[in-house]
Amino acid sequence: MHSGRGWSFASLLVAALVLLPLIALGAAALRGDASLWPHLLQHVLPPTLHQTALLLLGVGALVIVVGTGSAWLVSAYDFRGRALLDWALLLPLAVPTYIVAYAYMDLLHPIGPLQSGLRAVLGIDSPRDLRLPDIRSLGGCIFVLGFVLYPYVYLTTRALFLMQSATLIEAARTLGAGPRTVFVRVALPLARPAVAVGASLALMETINDIGASEFLGVRTLTISIYSTWVNRADLAGAAQIALAMLAVVAALLLIERRGRRSQRYNTAAQRARPMTPTRLSGAAGVAAFALGSVPVLLGFVAPALYLVERSIARLRFAGLPPSLLDATLNTVATAAAATVVIVALGVTVTYAARVAPGPLAQASARIAGLGYAVPGTVLAIGLLAPLGAFDRWAGDLIEGFVGGSIGLLTLGSGAALIYAYAARFLAVSAGGIESGFARIAPSIDHAARTLGETAGGVLRRVHLPMLRPALAAAALLVFVDCMKELPATLLLRPLDFETLATTLYGEAARGTYEDGAVAALIIVLAGLLPVLLLARVGRRAAETLP
Amino acid sequence: MDGVSWSARAGETVCLLGHSGCGKTTLLRLIAGVERPDSGSIHIDGEAMSTPSRFVPAERRRVGMVFQDYALFPHLDVLRNVMFGLHEGTRAQRAARAQAALDRVGLAARAHHYPHMLSGGEQQRVALARALAPAPRVLLMDEPFSNLDRRLRDRVRDDTMALLREAGITAVVVTHDPQEALCIADRIVLMHGGRVEQDAPPQMLYRQPASLFAARFFSVLNEIPGEVRGGRIDTALGSFDAAGLSDGPAVVGLRPRDIVTASDGVAGTVTDTLFLGDLTQLRVRIAGHALPLTLHLPAPPTVRPGQVVHLRADEAAALRFPASPNV
Repeated sequence: MHSGRGWSFASLLVAALVLLPLIALGAAALRGDASLWPHLLQHVLPPTLHQTALLLLGVGALVIVVGTGSAWLVSAYDFRGRALLDWALLLPLAVPTYIVAYAYMDLLHPIGPLQSGLRAVLGIDSPRDLRLPDIRSLGGCIFVLGFVLYPYVYLTTRALFLMQSATLIEAARTLGAGPRTVFVRVALPLARPAVAVGASLALMETINDIGASEFLGVRTLTISIYSTWVNRADLAGAAQIALAMLAVVAALLLIERRGRRSQRYNTAAQRARPMTPTRLSGAAGVAAFALGSVPVLLGFVAPALYLVERSIARLRFAGLPPSLLDATLNTVATAAAATVVIVALGVTVTYAARVAPGPLAQASARIAGLGYAVPGTVLAIGLLAPLGAFDRWAGDLIEGFVGGSIGLLTLGSGAALIYAYAARFLAVSAGGIESGFARIAPSIDHAARTLGETAGGVLRRVHLPMLRPALAAAALLVFVDCMKELPATLLLRPLDFETLATTLYGEAARGTYEDGAVAALIIVLAGLLPVLLLARVGRRAAETLP
Repeated sequence: MDGVSWSARAGETVCLLGHSGCGKTTLLRLIAGVERPDSGSIHIDGEAMSTPSRFVPAERRRVGMVFQDYALFPHLDVLRNVMFGLHEGTRAQRAARAQAALDRVGLAARAHHYPHMLSGGEQQRVALARALAPAPRVLLMDEPFSNLDRRLRDRVRDDTMALLREAGITAVVVTHDPQEALCIADRIVLMHGGRVEQDAPPQMLYRQPASLFAARFFSVLNEIPGEVRGGRIDTALGSFDAAGLSDGPAVVGLRPRDIVTASDGVAGTVTDTLFLGDLTQLRVRIAGHALPLTLHLPAPPTVRPGQVVHLRADEAAALRFPASPNV
């Protein structure tokens, strides 16, 4: 099929674009001074790896406990406010890790509202007499990241509990197992693959995070890559650390893939009727609601309220920060441009797998989807060398023609940013579009083709109109992800180009919290949109279950 | 569900029979305690399980249940599935008891296989062994044979029932299959629209159905309307003893085997014949009755459509019901 070949070639090209930064990363690492390796292995990697490992362990444990606990609470019990909690538990997803860290730094500061309030209540005058554990620590970072990232585990295990056949739970109960035994011996072991998927996604976010760990003083691999490049301009060194980080990511990816595989097998139960939750009334119901609210309060309500309060204070005091409008426009423009590119690439990859199925299309789709696992910092370091080289080459070429300098073509224009966003978020758009395609019967394609339409024509005249909701959802998710992105943006943005995220990062670094609060609030409000979408989709999925 | 009341004697197998949606599975789930009734009460061994003031949760009822999809735990092997309900004794003792339960269903050799490695029939037997291992006071089974293919089903069913009778287990079995209910039940509770239509031993239910619904449930039924006058019902197929029905419209029900050909019978025209193997089905149109009658004759077909035959009903087997417009 002629047009099929064109599509699979396009898909291959997309895969190559995603792979390029990783290959370039390897090349950059090799080009570095070989004598650096011993130094790196002896002095840089051990402490950062140690910190990163502790952080991952702590966050992993916390997200698993909070995520599965809350998922079980709203799945197995019915109480007043359960429907609210069901989606409210997703809210922390709206807040990027760096914003929560930023909010908590001020909230829990010795002269911040919480500690001052406590002192007032307890009648203590000096901050020195009441010492709470410092949020700027590994423990603080685990706390912040854990309560922001637990929704990944909540989402996957909740979905699994909904799909799990109720008869398994009922069988356990007729065999004499009480609620606790049912959870520990049946529900939890069955949910293990979903827990693994959710936890590995949360840990990928942890590795990707740059703001929270930096604000809270944890030297993770990401931080050390960033500072190796920004402070020491040592690209080879940064690339070498990035390679070490990719090894960690590969391990997480393996866990995730394995989880997804065994999940299919564990939920193969036929005609699953979801379990009927146990009704809790009176004090038990109130206690359940209170318990379920804790993660929402810590992960969303407290930091969001803080941001609202700070923003109002700032607006009253000095009006809108003048730079905010620029930053907002910059953010929206780059995110919108990136969204168009990413959705188009997502359609290309998934449509190629449909019209020209085979190992080639499958492999390209797989590779194209890998980017979500690659931390933004690593991606950016990998892109610096090839894009820099391209800019020099293109600059020389154009200078030869027009005689004047045009500056850096990709790194100077924000095109590099869009490239990085595309590589990182392609999986998000491709995933959504793919599930949209899956709902279109192949016979529709065959009907259109037998009526004389080409593959491209079918896409344009049949699929795209049918896919509109899936495309809109994918675009929204991608747009908000781009808006929130910090690590790659920090490294690849043009000089003096500020987005909302980088503005906030800069204000936090300077310690001028109030000025960043408005920017943070805008990001959180935008971040709420996909969460609401997710909650609606989840509810609809639960309703359509037999 | 409304006004449902029945009880099972110890060691008896009771079938809850009815079309899908009649409430039989709900009833079973109420007995198991996995669902809560709005009103009414449930007793096991004379002990109140569910009354307006008391609700014993499923895990403390000591009932065994075999689910329609078997509900074997996919993360546990066969032995540990059976051990799940055993709480007393050391691990070794519990394993020995589980092994013995597997032995009884002939699956001792499969103890360390996982559920997905077993055939449907084997999974059903594991589910049975798991439900029986803790020595429940009553065994509940929800369409336990419906997921098996037909040839396997008869064997598994015979083995299961033999095991239950040998062990003297009280069982409540939900099924929608009348043949299955007839052959396994000591007593059938026929349900319809959330009510008990009739509660009787299989033979009685078949021979003396309490309603047209019950009569229709077990086979094709020729329903011939008639008029009761002076102790007789006059129909297009002759006159029948009214058996106590008062004067007025009535319906005579005849199963296909209870109409035979006889030279002195009512004349009718054969509309079609169907060879069923052991039987031949004839459809015969007679004067004064709109629908053709269905007959099952033991012989191979000797008549052809269009031919005239003479029919006579077996009066002793005829079922009589007062005509009521809504059944």
